[in-house]
Amino acid sequence: MRKLKGDLPERLFFALALSSISALALITAFIFIKGAPLIAKVGLFDFIFGMDWAPGQGKYGVFPMIIGSVSVTAGAAVIGVPAGICCSVFLTEFAPVKMRNIFRPAIQLLAGIPSVVYGFWGLLFVVPAIRAYLGGPGLSILAGSVILAIMILPTVISISEVSLLALPRQYKEGALALGMTHWQAIRSVQLPAAKSGIVAAVILGIGRAVGETMAVIMVLGNSVAVPSSLLDPVRTLTTNIGIEMGYASEEHRQALFATGIVLFVIIMALNISAQYVVRRKTK
Amino acid sequence: MAVSENKITVKDLDFHYGEKQVLHALNLNIPPNKIFSVIGPANSGITTLLRAINRLSELSPDARARGDILLDGQSVYAPQVDVSELRRKVGMVFDVPAPLPMSIFDNIAYGPRLAKVRNKSVLAETVEGALRAAALWDEVKDRLRAPASSLSGGQQQRLCIARVLALKPEVILLDRPCSGLDPVSTAKIEDSLTELKERLTIVVSPHNIQQAGRVSDRVAFMLSGRLVEEGANAEIFSNPKDQRTSDYITGRFG
Repeated sequence: MRKLKGDLPERLFFALALSSISALALITAFIFIKGAPLIAKVGLFDFIFGMDWAPGQGKYGVFPMIIGSVSVTAGAAVIGVPAGICCSVFLTEFAPVKMRNIFRPAIQLLAGIPSVVYGFWGLLFVVPAIRAYLGGPGLSILAGSVILAIMILPTVISISEVSLLALPRQYKEGALALGMTHWQAIRSVQLPAAKSGIVAAVILGIGRAVGETMAVIMVLGNSVAVPSSLLDPVRTLTTNIGIEMGYASEEHRQALFATGIVLFVIIMALNISAQYVVRRKTK
Repeated sequence: MAVSENKITVKDLDFHYGEKQVLHALNLNIPPNKIFSVIGPANSGITTLLRAINRLSELSPDARARGDILLDGQSVYAPQVDVSELRRKVGMVFDVPAPLPMSIFDNIAYGPRLAKVRNKSVLAETVEGALRAAALWDEVKDRLRAPASSLSGGQQQRLCIARVLALKPEVILLDRPCSGLDPVSTAKIEDSLTELKERLTIVVSPHNIQQAGRVSDRVAFMLSGRLVEEGANAEIFSNPKDQRTSDYITGRFG
């Protein structure tokens, strides 16, 4: 009984902790309650694999947007992940202290730029550049991937950096004492030993890319069609909600919540796998 | 080119980390095929001395050495010295065992593989030889593919010794190799060191004076980055010339 009561600060902290958890529970419940009836009506298979999105005609298929989200995210990962990992290796292993002290806050600042600013910059510079040099409308998967790649850099870099820095000093010294060069030690000891942290960094970066809305609305073109090249415009799950929520009502609105469910499931899966990877490391 | 009878000669070595001087005009002659112990209280500069020999001290960006260290009469600081090759010749075992994040076999085969040994049977022989020399073979021969992290602390330390031996070094430096180990593992490591000195030179910073007494042929006593005295085991332990040595080994300080 005494345990249950606890003292005041303890109860206060517990209440605050509970409120953050309950926010998650409420949002989850809300999305599912609002969206699930429509999925039930259209049918799960038709909703996910349907090719047509025409709310006016009662057609709700999100497959083109799933493809849109997947392709833009994959593009961002292809560009951003190697760049981010190399950057974290550079910062932990090669950069002189002074340079590190400039780079690290600069990278954190990258995370602080509002996403609408990224989108605006993309619209004014990346989109015209793609149109001029590669053809097509410019508003494209490629433009979105470039912007998202930059946006996921802080996540990828800082988490990989932390996992590299957390390695015991003896790993590297042991490797060097065996006559390895610095680069051999990084490649065959440091990176493998930090693997799970780096994988978690990548997954969290990808999760960020999947969920990003504002920046990509401005550069993707947003047409609902399965793209055939990197230079085609696409619409992602997030932008679908962002664009149509303002004027949607009733069934259409439900369909947007249902889009949210798909997004939610994808992001949950990514986060759970990230946690699984991290936990496996600590075992 | 003077051929020295000593395996390692430390000549007037001053060592700084930034503004802090940790070694002062150190002179030492380390003979081949002996176990040479360097003893002293914490912060005597012993770790720095060991790490100066295989140039691992260079990892600290503000480290500066003046004076010289000769290996077989050749300066280890000479510009033509290949640091990787030097470190293969002068292996090192640390106070905290840190096996590489791979299997037992791969940990030991790593060095030879770096040296371009590809032949499977040669590798297997090298691994077995190194594990036997480190008195670990019988305990791990049935699970060479298990991750090295599954070994106990004492086994990991012997693995680290085996890993160094697989490089066929001429010298091994051991920096308090038994600090975290139980008496049984410690005894095993001491036994293998005694056997190993037949074929190489061992410089060890023992984790206590008793260990220095048990294993060493020669002992050097250091204090605050200076050599106090150096001599044969019996000499230092039964008839030290310097009062401070006598105080230290009788446990009056340190």
